[in-house]
Amino acid sequence: MRANVWSGRNKVQVENVPDPKILNSRDAIVKITSTAICGSDLHLYDGYIPTMRKGDILGHEFMGEVVETGREVSNLKVGDRVVVPFPIACGACNACERELFSLCENSNPNALMAEKMFGDATAGIFGYSHLTGGFAGGQAEYARVPFADVGPIKIEGDFADEQVLFLSDIFPTGWMGAEMCDIKRGDIIAVWGCGSVGQFAIASAYLLGAERVIAIDRFDYRLRMAREKGGAEIINYEQTDVREALREMTGGRGPDACIDAVGMEAHHHHPAMYAYDRVKQAARLETERGYALREAIYNCRNGGIISMIGVYGGFMDKFPIGAVMNRGLTIKTGQCHVQRYLRPLLDRVENGDIDPSFVVTHKLALDDAPTGYETFKNKRDECVKVVLKP
Amino acid sequence: MTAVSKNGTAPPEDPLARGLGAFSFALGVPQILAPGRMNRMIGVKDDASSRRWMRVVGIREIAAGVGIFSERRPKEWVWARVAGDTMDLALLGSALRGKTEQPARTLAATGAVIGAFAADLLDGLKLSREPGGDGSQDEPLEVHGAITVRRHPDEVYAFGHDIERFPSFMAHLEEVRITGGGRSQWTVRGPLGMNVSWDVEITEDVPGERISWRSVEGSKVDGSGTVKFIPAPAGQGTEVHLELRYDVPGGGVAAMMAKLFGEHPEMQLKDDLRRFKQIMETGEVVRSDGSPEGQLNRRMLKQRPAHPLTEDELAGVGSGATS
Repeated sequence: MRANVWSGRNKVQVENVPDPKILNSRDAIVKITSTAICGSDLHLYDGYIPTMRKGDILGHEFMGEVVETGREVSNLKVGDRVVVPFPIACGACNACERELFSLCENSNPNALMAEKMFGDATAGIFGYSHLTGGFAGGQAEYARVPFADVGPIKIEGDFADEQVLFLSDIFPTGWMGAEMCDIKRGDIIAVWGCGSVGQFAIASAYLLGAERVIAIDRFDYRLRMAREKGGAEIINYEQTDVREALREMTGGRGPDACIDAVGMEAHHHHPAMYAYDRVKQAARLETERGYALREAIYNCRNGGIISMIGVYGGFMDKFPIGAVMNRGLTIKTGQCHVQRYLRPLLDRVENGDIDPSFVVTHKLALDDAPTGYETFKNKRDECVKVVLKP
Repeated sequence: MTAVSKNGTAPPEDPLARGLGAFSFALGVPQILAPGRMNRMIGVKDDASSRRWMRVVGIREIAAGVGIFSERRPKEWVWARVAGDTMDLALLGSALRGKTEQPARTLAATGAVIGAFAADLLDGLKLSREPGGDGSQDEPLEVHGAITVRRHPDEVYAFGHDIERFPSFMAHLEEVRITGGGRSQWTVRGPLGMNVSWDVEITEDVPGERISWRSVEGSKVDGSGTVKFIPAPAGQGTEVHLELRYDVPGGGVAAMMAKLFGEHPEMQLKDDLRRFKQIMETGEVVRSDGSPEGQLNRRMLKQRPAHPLTEDELAGVGSGATS
C-alpha cells in the first residue's frame, strides 16, 4: 500500500510498504477514506519529538471502512464506517476504567521507554514516535487498529468525511481544553493559538457556556476564522500588547481561564525573546519554546485555570512557577481522552450544534502529503487544516 | 510499576579514575571556550555545525570530570567516558569521510581518542571488578517489582499458579513443564540457541496470597522467587509483588544472568510484570509495528520502523494471540 513516512527532519515521502495485518485478536484493519495532518505532526516533522525512526508511517487522525476484524472483535463488521480515536486504549485497566484513555496502562509496548522519559508510561498513539508504542499511523491506504472493540466509533448518519473526521483528535482535544476550564456563568476564556485545535476550543467554550472568548494569534487569516466562525474577540500579538488588551477587555481582572492551544513551538513577537528559547531548543538544552504558556500564566485571573492542550515533549526553561503558586492558579492538562468524548460530540454534530468541517482549508491526494506538510508548516495559502485522500 | 535491584556500594579510590577526570576538564574547557581553535587543531572544517558539536563534546567532558571527582561511585562516570569516546570516534569517523580539511590531523586526533578509549575501558573494567561493582560480587542478586492488575486476587492467583503458562508472559522462558511432586522443569533459550534447563520446587503456596519457589539443589541456576497477591485499595484489583533472588557461587551473578537471558534480570522482571498485566487485563500481549513481539526490553534499542511487517518478519515473530 501507499503510506506517508517520516524520512528525517523536514522530510516526509509517500512510499510503498507492506499492507497491515491482524497482530492481535482485538485488531481491525481499516481502509482509510480520509486522514488529516495535525499540528502535532509538525513537531515530528520539525524533529522535536525523540524516538522517531526513518520509515515510520505518520498520522493519527483518520477514518474509513472496516475491511477485516480479529476474532475477538464483535462490535464491528466488515463494511462499517468508523472514525478512529488517536490514543489506543484497552478499556480494561484502571486508567481506562477512570476514562483516562490516553493513559491506558496496556496499549504501549514501549512503556519502559516512556517510563524513562516521563517517569511513567502513557498510552500507545498511532504514528507518533516509538515513545508512544511504535504504531504505524493513518496517513496511508490502510491501518491496523488495535483494541478495535474499544476505540472506533461507527458513523451511521449521512455525513461527509470532513464533518466527522475530526472526532479522531482535534474536536475532542479542543473540547477537553474548554471542559478543563470548568466554565461558570460570566466566565471569559482566552485561547492562545488559532490553529484547528484552538478553533475547536473556542467553539467548545461557547457550547459550554462561556460569556466571551478571546482568541490570540499572529496570523490574520486564522484570527478571522476565529471571529467569523467561532464568534471570538481577537488579539494579534504582533500588533497589540496582549497583556494590556486582555486587562482592558476583562475590566482589569484577566481571563477566568486560559487555554494553551499552541505547545512546544510557540513564537514571540520580540526577536530577542524568540531567540532565547529558539537557540536553547536548537542546542537541545530545552525541548520547548514556552511563550504561549508563560503568557497564559501571567495573564490569567487570580485563582484561575490554565488548560494546556498544546503538546510538550520534555523540558522547559523559565517556567513561571512563582506566578502559578502565589496567584493560586490551577494547571490542568493531558493528551485528550478521545474515547470519552466520541459519543457526546457525535451527538453534537448530529444535532447540528456544530459542523466541524469549517476548519478544512486544503484537500489533497495522499501522494501530495509532502506538499501538504510544507504548506501547513509555513502557513502558506491561508492553511489551517489539510485533509488527505488516499 | 516499580522494579529495583540491590547491590553493595563502596567508593573506590582510584588514581587512574582521577587522572581521567582531570583529563576531562583539560579537554572540556577549551572545547567550550574556543571550539574554532580546537576544530582547526584536529583538522576538521570549522563551521557552525562542527563548532556546535565541539561544544557539545566539551559540555560532556566537563560533566564527566565533575562526575568522576564528586561522585562516591566514579565507576559509572568512567563508563560514561567510554560511551563518550565511542561518540567521538563516530564523529571523527564521519569527519574523515567528509568534513576534514587536514586528514593527518584528524587521524592523529582519532589515534588520541582511541588511546583515551583504551584507558577508559581498562579503568571501567577494573572498577567494575572491585567489590561493590555490579556483576562481580559474591552476594546474591535480588530484584523486585510490583504492578497493579485490575482483577480479583483469586483470579490473579489462579493465573500465577498455572506455572506452565509462565512462558506466555516471561519472554525469556522457553518452556515450563510440571514433572510431579511439586516440581517442574524450567527451560530458557541460551546463547547460540542452546537450551538451559533447571528444576524448580514450590516451597510455599497460600491460595489467593502467595507462591514461593526455589531451584532444586545442584541445579545450573541457583535461584528463588516469591510472588505475593495483595488486594489493591478501592477495588482497583490486585497488587502483584514479585521478588527474584539469584546466587551463583564464584560470583558474576548479573554477568551470568545477562549471558543466559540476554539482559539484566531487573529489565526482564519489568517486561514480565507488564506482559503479565496485559494478558490478565486484555487477554494477550499487545504488539506494535515497532515492537512486534510486544513489551521486550531488548527491543527498545532496536525498534523496527513503525510500518507493517513483511510476511517473513511476521513469520519470525509469530502471529495472533500469544496466550
